[in-house]
Amino acid sequence: MAKPIKKEQRQVETTGHSWDGIEEYNNPLPRWWVWVFYATIVWGIGYTIAYPAWPLITQATPGLLGASTRADVAVEIGAVDAANAAIKEKLVAADLTAIGADPELAAYAERAGAAVFRTNCTTCHGSGAAGFEGKGYPNLLDDDWLWGGTMEDIHLTITHGIRNTTDPDARYSEMPKFGLDGILDETQIAQVTEHVLAISGQGHDAALAAEGAVLYADNCAACHMEDGSGDRTQGAPRLTDEIWLYGGSREKIIETVTKARFGVMPNWNERLSEDEIRAVSFYVHSRGGGE
Amino acid sequence: MDTPDSPPSLYAAREPVFPRRVKGTFRTLKWWIMGITLGIYYLTPWLRWDRGPSLPDQAVLVDLGNRRFFFFMIEIWPHEFYFVAGLLIMAGLGLFLFTSAAGRVWCGYACPQTVWTDLFILVERWIEGDRNARIRLHHQKWNGEKIRKTAVKWSVWFLIGLATGGAWIFYFTDAPTLLRDLVTGQAHPVAYITMLILTLTTFFFGGFAREQICIYACPWPRIQAAMMDEDTLTIGYRDWRGEPRGKLGTEGAGDCIDCMACVNVCPMGIDIRNGQQMACITCGLCIDACNDVMDRIGKPRDLIGYLALTDEVSEREGKTPKSVWSHVFRVRTMLYTVLWAGVGIGLIVALFLRSPIDMNVTPVRNPTFVTLSDGSIRNAYDIRLRNMHGEDAQFTIAVTSDAFVTLGLEGRDGLTVTVPANETMSQRVYLTAAAGTRAAVEDRSDVRLWVEELGTTNRVHHDTIFNGKEKEDDDD
Repeated sequence: MAKPIKKEQRQVETTGHSWDGIEEYNNPLPRWWVWVFYATIVWGIGYTIAYPAWPLITQATPGLLGASTRADVAVEIGAVDAANAAIKEKLVAADLTAIGADPELAAYAERAGAAVFRTNCTTCHGSGAAGFEGKGYPNLLDDDWLWGGTMEDIHLTITHGIRNTTDPDARYSEMPKFGLDGILDETQIAQVTEHVLAISGQGHDAALAAEGAVLYADNCAACHMEDGSGDRTQGAPRLTDEIWLYGGSREKIIETVTKARFGVMPNWNERLSEDEIRAVSFYVHSRGGGE
Repeated sequence: MDTPDSPPSLYAAREPVFPRRVKGTFRTLKWWIMGITLGIYYLTPWLRWDRGPSLPDQAVLVDLGNRRFFFFMIEIWPHEFYFVAGLLIMAGLGLFLFTSAAGRVWCGYACPQTVWTDLFILVERWIEGDRNARIRLHHQKWNGEKIRKTAVKWSVWFLIGLATGGAWIFYFTDAPTLLRDLVTGQAHPVAYITMLILTLTTFFFGGFAREQICIYACPWPRIQAAMMDEDTLTIGYRDWRGEPRGKLGTEGAGDCIDCMACVNVCPMGIDIRNGQQMACITCGLCIDACNDVMDRIGKPRDLIGYLALTDEVSEREGKTPKSVWSHVFRVRTMLYTVLWAGVGIGLIVALFLRSPIDMNVTPVRNPTFVTLSDGSIRNAYDIRLRNMHGEDAQFTIAVTSDAFVTLGLEGRDGLTVTVPANETMSQRVYLTAAAGTRAAVEDRSDVRLWVEELGTTNRVHHDTIFNGKEKEDDDD
């Protein structure tokens, strides 16, 4: 049991200043505080010797311990890579269609693919993979695929890209500029547009559409097929469904026929490793549209 | 050291306390409580409880790594943390109840600080002898005997501390495995660090800080003043019987012969004859000491005893004090009991009503819907299924709604998924409304997703929204 403290008023030195009889005490700093203060100075000097501290022209003094947060991050990344090495190897070796059947592989591909997608794909396809309707950035969630929606198709598309100039194996096709190149005149374009509206179940002028059907058979059917069902081997879109990459209205179809479209996707084989391409392929395939 | 010129010191040095050995009812009670509480603390991690192959077999286990708390047949998941909150509320109300009925019984008998200090004093007495021998040793100069005794005492204290810190970490992982790892040096550094910290705090609190913890560090003595009233039993000195103090046989003297037995046995180093005071933890040792003396000098017992303020008033007036039971059973204590039992019953009911399966639904809102090539509208939902069984379980997903929507699961043909034992699993679910149907064109439709465990009656549902594609007026 400790003794209680005696409370006694004691005279304390003042600064000598007095305002309306109120005086300012001149209490010294507590000794423990002063010693801690000195200790921090000593510590600070030691710290600047041991760690990067003093800024010079191009970089700071490196410090004796060689501490570097950048090197720390490199070590951490290396550790993660090492930890994932086995499963990456397994992913690369696996049959593309078998990834989903292996829960461990599927879980890894889903997460790794999501990371790859967020970093590389969202610029065009959106963070939710819904693309940009009417602006030529395909929605990856739906069941409509220009070049095919199987794992193999998606994997090939991501690896080599579409209509780029950097990969000779890129998927390639080109729609003629029917208007600009003078293949069809304005009246003919209007007629073929009415036909396209007709086969996609939209409001149309039947008389013009009948004229357009003949023009369609001559100019369009080679790629988009007689019935407008499109051709995936050429990336020719199906014209009879509700999904329009560049818009399905009369004006937009006229614009498309006149000027043509030329959507480009980079080849990712130069930027991504095979395991990353496989992961993001699986991620895209498992968003709801995969075939 | 306080000269008139220097400011008063804010530090008061500890005055060592050397409690004397005592025998009696309360001392015996304290030995029993010490044995039981220490036994529970040290042995609980070693109890086994079979839960099947995929779950740990430790009866009481706080598995922080896997976020599970096991207590015999009960398993608590993180989302059920309210059970722990409920237990803490019960512990709080229990303390209120005991304090309002019998004062600081927690402090005096059950508090770990009291129990371990008691154990440490026992060791001290065993090595250095009783009060007088210890005082002599304390004042004597350092010599071989003093160094040897101190070293032995500190070693035993340290071993007790080590066992205490060691027992603590066994609650957090499989005890036999951890013990083997600890001995072979393979345990995680966190285990060693935790053990070291608890060893040192036990060593310091039990060996040196002792009553200082109760007086300066513990907030509970300050709070419990609010729970005590004039009917609360505390330890008191019957000064109307004892005063004036004097040697046995002195003319006009009271029953107190000023033998200092009550002061010498007190682990807090106080004099109970000064009345109720902050430092008193009501351990009852002074009662034992005084009764022993009263028996020997042939005076009635209970010069010091458990009594309430109302007893003091009536005893001074010569009336009969209230019985112990009428102190314990009062409106206040009844109310605490009802509250305590209410929370307890609520927890037990909640425990039996909880579903072993659960589902969380997160609608995918980026994008809100997807138009399919045939014009139908599809919404996606990320659902999380929870299987709290010890075995794998088959869950079937279903949907009910006024709107016509069809259900599909990502990556699966049917509507059934297998959720691994004691785990949660996420699954993407699609609802599709055919083109032109109400759900497809309406902004929002209510839907209810169900999950049912196959072969049981366990099922839960979750209400959510289906987003349609609003009719576009301008066809651009």
